[in-house]
Amino acid sequence: MSTTTTTKTSGPVADTAYSAPRAEDLAALLVSARRPPRPSALSASLTFGWRAMLKIKHVPEQLFDVTAFPIMMVLMYTYLFGGALAGSATRYIQFLLPGILTMSVVMITMYTGVAVNTDIQKGVFDRFRTLPIWRPAPMVGYLLGDVIRYLIASAVMLAVGMLIGYRPDGGVVGVLAGVALLLVFSFAFSWIWTMFGLLLRTEKSVMGVSMMVIFPLTFLSNVFVDPRTMPGWLQAFVNNSPVTHVASAVRDLMAGGWPAADIAWSLGWAGVFVVVFGTVTMRLYNRK
Amino acid sequence: MTSSTEQPAIETHQLVKVFGENRAVDGIDLRVPAGTVYGVLGPNGAGKTTAVKMLATLLRPDGGEARVFGMDVVREADAVRGRVSLTGQYASVDEDLTGTENLVLLGRLLGHGKAAARERSAELLAAFGLADAAGRQVKNYSGGMRRRIDIAASILNTPDLLFLDEPTTGLDPRSRNQVWDIVRAVVAQGTTVLLTTQYLDEADQLAARIAVIDHGRVIAEGTKGELKASVGSGSVHVRLREAEQRPEAERVLTSALRATVTLDADPVALTATVDGRGSDLGAAEEAARALAELARAGITVDNFALGQPSLDEVFLALTDRRPEAEPKAGEIERDGENERTERTERTVR
Repeated sequence: MSTTTTTKTSGPVADTAYSAPRAEDLAALLVSARRPPRPSALSASLTFGWRAMLKIKHVPEQLFDVTAFPIMMVLMYTYLFGGALAGSATRYIQFLLPGILTMSVVMITMYTGVAVNTDIQKGVFDRFRTLPIWRPAPMVGYLLGDVIRYLIASAVMLAVGMLIGYRPDGGVVGVLAGVALLLVFSFAFSWIWTMFGLLLRTEKSVMGVSMMVIFPLTFLSNVFVDPRTMPGWLQAFVNNSPVTHVASAVRDLMAGGWPAADIAWSLGWAGVFVVVFGTVTMRLYNRK
Repeated sequence: MTSSTEQPAIETHQLVKVFGENRAVDGIDLRVPAGTVYGVLGPNGAGKTTAVKMLATLLRPDGGEARVFGMDVVREADAVRGRVSLTGQYASVDEDLTGTENLVLLGRLLGHGKAAARERSAELLAAFGLADAAGRQVKNYSGGMRRRIDIAASILNTPDLLFLDEPTTGLDPRSRNQVWDIVRAVVAQGTTVLLTTQYLDEADQLAARIAVIDHGRVIAEGTKGELKASVGSGSVHVRLREAEQRPEAERVLTSALRATVTLDADPVALTATVDGRGSDLGAAEEAARALAELARAGITVDNFALGQPSLDEVFLALTDRRPEAEPKAGEIERDGENERTERTERTVR
């Protein structure tokens, strides 16, 4: 009906000689539209996860923080502390890699808050919120997309680690189990950031608050050194930190062990994060 | 399609939304008949978008109630969402995704299977003249194309009620006309449209009934004719040859017409209302007499026009300089004068 001739060039698309749909054409379009039943919670969440994937496809630069940053973390800390703490970088990385993997991925979760915050400023969220779908679906979809990012970061770090001498005794199964636990924990932990993303008004404040939370939480753990060298009050904090539990569990799993207690603690914390911060996030989301 | 005598598409009663100290929506009563375009007209910051957001279940009202097709927007929000669509003031599509991806995404979220969502997206993109741009990111679209895909997204599942929040703000005249054509076609199919706008000609072109909103309150409501009648039957626009003669012309017109004379932004132009109130002459005769007076005073008139008051004049009359006169007959309610006192009472309570 409309005679459209667009020149295929990069950049802005030329608007075409367009005439609005004639009433009868539009009538056919509107009448033919039957309303399907609403999608299930899972289907809606997966659709939003697909949206996250599409965004990665169109803006691949956003993978910088899950590729370059983790490589930097592994190399920097291995060679900075390796000689002093374990005699050599090769020996230190056996201890460090699972920990630095945990730390980096938990740190990367922080970008979720910024992404939610910038996205919510745009009109598209208004449309999502007027859809008759399971309410948490957009947020869950976000986090599902982020899990893919965490997976990429984990793969990159393991590859770099292996290159410079990390040899996991747990083999493929142990490594996969460790990464799986880390992904579950990170998914749950991310609800803190969706909360901040909705709560704070600007991207900058989200970043600022996230730093305040993430630095002490990840550094005050057993990622770099054995907590037994720390003062008692700090040990009390470090030994009970969720990051310590996850790092220990990942380290043991990758070394071929089965750290039941640490796995239980990690999953317990994950449950708490989802229940507490997931609830707050959804309250904020509904009120926004 | 329900007839207007049956259930209204929207009914609000004393709807209120407060942001801190600011009463963005301050007790709005609306009744929007189903199957029509209803215009909500007001300047920036009048509370139009806030009101729409409450009706579209995006914001929770702080007071009063609102029903969409008889369903409460708070208690039955989910059921309301099943029947409305919103095209927000800022593009409510994802700029990073392509046209097709946006529509398929929404199609899936509305419950279509993959194949059905793709098919429907392709149909809509073709109908809206976007087939060639379907594979491009929306951020590369022109303003008019964005608006079209936005509206296409809103009718993926034909809604019973479509909210269009300032759909043509920032568009060039051609794109604006395209959006108007789409709106007319959608309404012809039985969808009710609630349109907010700050352009009077837009409301004039599309809407059957109009509510004028200012400072979060409805200051006038009625059909176009009723609104125009409320500010007098017509006005005469005069263009002089010499700008220096304008003060003199203003004096002559004021005394001849016994009406308010406005100085236009153009330094040689004046506008005066002629409503036949000052004498028993008709508006045209009155205007002719006034022109004769101008000629007698030696003022050269290059051009003049006599017309129905534009909605612009209605709007200015209602918002800027609220007339002291009592409200005119008809269904017009004009409660601007009482606004301050009512507001004080509210705060005291």
